[in-house]
Amino acid sequence: MSAQDLDAGVPPAIPEPVAESRRLVYRHPLPIRVMHWINVVALTLMLFSGLQIFNAHPSLYWGNRSDAGTELLTLGARQDATGKLVGITRVGRHEFTTTGVLGVSNGSDGSPQVRGFPSWLTVPGPQWLSMGRRWHFFFAWVFVLNGLCYVGYALATRHLQRDLWPTGSDWRGIGRSIIEHLRFKHPHGDEALRYNILQRLAYLVVIFVFGVGIVLMGLAMSPRMDAVLSPMVEAVGGRQSARTIHFIIAWAFVAFVLIHVFEVLISGVFNQLRGMITGYYAIDAAPAGAPPAEAVSPGPVDPAEPAPPSPDDPVEPAPPEERPHD
Amino acid sequence: MTDRRSFVRMAIVGAAGILVAACDRISQSAWGPNVLGKAEGLNRRVQALLSPSSSMAREYGEADISPVFHPNGTTMPGTPAYQALLANGFRDYRLQVDGLVRRPARLSIDELQRLDVCTQITRHDCVEGWSAIGKWRGTRLSAVLDHVGVDPRARFVVFHCFDEMEQDTPYYESIDLTEARHPQTLLAFALNDKPLPVPNGAPLRLRIGRQLGYKQAKYLARIELVSSFEDIGDGQGGYWEDQGYEWYAGI
Repeated sequence: MSAQDLDAGVPPAIPEPVAESRRLVYRHPLPIRVMHWINVVALTLMLFSGLQIFNAHPSLYWGNRSDAGTELLTLGARQDATGKLVGITRVGRHEFTTTGVLGVSNGSDGSPQVRGFPSWLTVPGPQWLSMGRRWHFFFAWVFVLNGLCYVGYALATRHLQRDLWPTGSDWRGIGRSIIEHLRFKHPHGDEALRYNILQRLAYLVVIFVFGVGIVLMGLAMSPRMDAVLSPMVEAVGGRQSARTIHFIIAWAFVAFVLIHVFEVLISGVFNQLRGMITGYYAIDAAPAGAPPAEAVSPGPVDPAEPAPPSPDDPVEPAPPEERPHD
Repeated sequence: MTDRRSFVRMAIVGAAGILVAACDRISQSAWGPNVLGKAEGLNRRVQALLSPSSSMAREYGEADISPVFHPNGTTMPGTPAYQALLANGFRDYRLQVDGLVRRPARLSIDELQRLDVCTQITRHDCVEGWSAIGKWRGTRLSAVLDHVGVDPRARFVVFHCFDEMEQDTPYYESIDLTEARHPQTLLAFALNDKPLPVPNGAPLRLRIGRQLGYKQAKYLARIELVSSFEDIGDGQGGYWEDQGYEWYAGI
């Protein structure tokens, strides 16, 4: 969550916000919180077990076949003049020495082993394809069912339509939003409760492009499903293309998570974590309409874009402030 | 700076290491693999629903054939029985078909060629992740089953192979009768217009259009129809299944 609490990340020059000037808002309902953390577990284990499966044949191709010499990416190994194992990552025609991490890394006994990704990034740790597949397919179901529940819930509660679907004024403010993100500037008043355009786009892309895409590309590797999905498989280039895209989307998820965690860290990690664990999120209790005091960069705010949410965007419905913890 | 960087690196590797170690304990427990393995039944049922048993694997054109059909697993069975057949160019080869059948048979390749023969160009997908496309010629397994007459008690077709994976542990596989009667399930004796090469399973191998490579047993010696495969090998229905791989290899 890239929202939004300027105070927490800022060095000591600014006095700690006094308790009275902030209020707790019930922001994330229980189902969203539960589904968020299930997703954390499922995605982590899918990634780790996926890298275990990748290690069984650590090369990627385009098309339907895995012909030798047509690899797009290979995590391989060779011996140097002294007989020592050297990890080689080959991307197209470019070679990189990646001993210790990719191609060759230390096994649990501390001796160098030929393996694509290192044992601390694979589930299980040792090379064990059948067990990696069990983890992967089990958590694939968790991921898919959790994702379907999320989309169903988000549609039914209008979370998707209200909080994630960009409005016209969101689109008009995209330039400003990009600049604010690049300056690590986050709102900390009422506006913090509203997803900005970059958040909306990021979440929509992650859910409907990455999420749907990685599942479809996973299914495209299933020979039984290919009997009915073959037009889709051929449309992306073939089964090996689907495997390559599956791999790329997996790392796109990693990139998203890194940015997501970074935004959480700089926008008030405690507040954000409390928000996703208890549901309660603190914002500045500035009077409605008054722009929050600028703490860090007093850079010019685009006068064409007033800070408070525009009237055609319904803000989150008035959050019940005194609701008991659930 | 380097201190901080190496601290962050250690923290990440450490956190990942704890996660991996916890997962390894679950993988080695008695219950963990069973719980995780529940997904197999779900995969089999849901895939059968989405992709009915009549659905056909895509067939490719001549231009799509792999220049080299990569052989995996055994590439030269060392057993004396196989070596003797090989020395004679497989002229004495007979496929034994028995178990729950009305008319057990011993079929030569010539006799198989007189049954329902077809040619298909299909993709072979290995559990490791690679794919190859080959042109297979072989006898439909359904024709062989009709030839011997299947007893109504039979539920599975078990394929016993010449190659041994370990001492006294021959390769074997099994499929259900629905998969066995699928029109793309062949006993293949030719690959890319040539007699099946030894590394690819000469003289006869199984081809299934919609399951992973390890199901497609090479070096077939005997086909047995059974009501249950519990008493064969370690009872999981195949050599790799006995090592923890899924019996249903549709994904």
